[in-house]
Amino acid sequence: MSTTEATATLTSRHLLGIAGLEAGEITLILDTAVAMKEIGRRAIKKVPTLRGRTVVNLFFEPSTRTRTSFEIAEKRLSADTLSIATATSSVTKGESLIDTVRNLEAMAPDMIVMRHASSGAAHLLARTCRSAIINAGDGMHEHPTQALLDAFTIREHKGRLAGLKVAIVGDLLHSRVLRSNVLLLNTMGAEVWACGPATLMPAGFDRFGVRATTSVAEAVEGADVVMMLRIQHERMHGHFIPSVREYFSLFGLTRDRMRRAAPDAIVMHPGPMNRGVEIDSEVADGPCSVILEQVANGVAVRMAVLYLLSGRADEGVLDEH
Amino acid sequence: MDGDRMSRALTRIAHEILERNRGLDEIALVGIRTRGVPLARRLARTLHDINGDDVPTGALDITLYRDDLMRHAVGPQPVVRRTEIPFSIDDRKILLVDDVLYTGRTIRAALDALIDFGRPRAIQLIVLVDRGHRELPIKADYVGKNLPTSLKQSIQVRLQEIDGADEVILEEGA
Repeated sequence: MSTTEATATLTSRHLLGIAGLEAGEITLILDTAVAMKEIGRRAIKKVPTLRGRTVVNLFFEPSTRTRTSFEIAEKRLSADTLSIATATSSVTKGESLIDTVRNLEAMAPDMIVMRHASSGAAHLLARTCRSAIINAGDGMHEHPTQALLDAFTIREHKGRLAGLKVAIVGDLLHSRVLRSNVLLLNTMGAEVWACGPATLMPAGFDRFGVRATTSVAEAVEGADVVMMLRIQHERMHGHFIPSVREYFSLFGLTRDRMRRAAPDAIVMHPGPMNRGVEIDSEVADGPCSVILEQVANGVAVRMAVLYLLSGRADEGVLDEH
Repeated sequence: MDGDRMSRALTRIAHEILERNRGLDEIALVGIRTRGVPLARRLARTLHDINGDDVPTGALDITLYRDDLMRHAVGPQPVVRRTEIPFSIDDRKILLVDDVLYTGRTIRAALDALIDFGRPRAIQLIVLVDRGHRELPIKADYVGKNLPTSLKQSIQVRLQEIDGADEVILEEGA
């Protein structure tokens, strides 16, 4: 093959979060995803790149979109895949996770994609485990591939990330999507506004590099991107909002509220949507909505991550011997 | 090889394409990234100048099909670039274009990649330079220049569109 060729690599052999990724690494993932997206438009939507590699999808929390998206991404790269859905909340944190993973390790997978209800679960796995770990969402901490696919979608529409005003509205307290997105958008030079009820705003939020407000009007004013977050009923073990109807009347995204945004603004939602709670159907299905594009782009972005990490998947094994 | 000789070689190849294929209606050019792409575009222009026909032209990135991709335990991955084939390759004659033909492994990967896009009627290979040392049973149909080399030498093709100048340089290796 050619003697002079460009190569690229990510610093870490895991993708545990957006934290720790540099702007150049984020751009590398997004650029690689552009090439991966084209594969999905071919007659044969498959390339032989990860032949003989094994990827385990380990989901301790329910997921349709993310798990399906990873599975399709793995299959399009010809990896052997295995999905384990352990949708139970009664497992005790450290013990059962490490036990499960020890058993999986015995079958020598190259990569493990994991979603877990506990923040930091992916980091724990990365310390115990020889495989490359991809975090598919850990508790209220991070969901890096979601932020990457959001960034990919924004870049496709706006051509850039730097200098954009991005308003993120909703349940800020419980959202790992918010954390990963804020980290990514800050790294890439966007201006992030976060809006939600005071009861759902994390303490010390202003130090997180966002402009926090409880006014949707202020957040959406002139925004290039409006990203709605789901009200996470399953994580609310207290009275954070008086009622769903009151929440919608104060924070729900309606066509009226969208008028304040930039004329070519796009509306995003990581899914699953609660129609009539955080977003009006008229907006969710309207011309500004890129919600289904986000889902489509998820496959391309996950293919890019799998490809870039696969070059480093054997490092742990080498350390062992 | 300087710019003048390169352009004459490409013009000769364009005439050979017309001679061998009787018309251009079923033909498409696909350049292999990186330097096969501008070469394919130049051939399309030359064919248009001679014949007036527009030949569809695409770009193929073979990175994901390489046979050495997962052989290295550790290390950076080759950068994946976009494949753009904005036409159906079914039942067409595809003229695959690359700058240097060496081991033949790039072409093997390109053949695999093309087959994933459809079933072409035929695939022909165009290279600017054939330097020998094949490791696979692959042969070019159109050759700009045969350049016998030793394994220690390296060939650099530079193109105006990418490198700012047209030349082929033979470098003695270490």
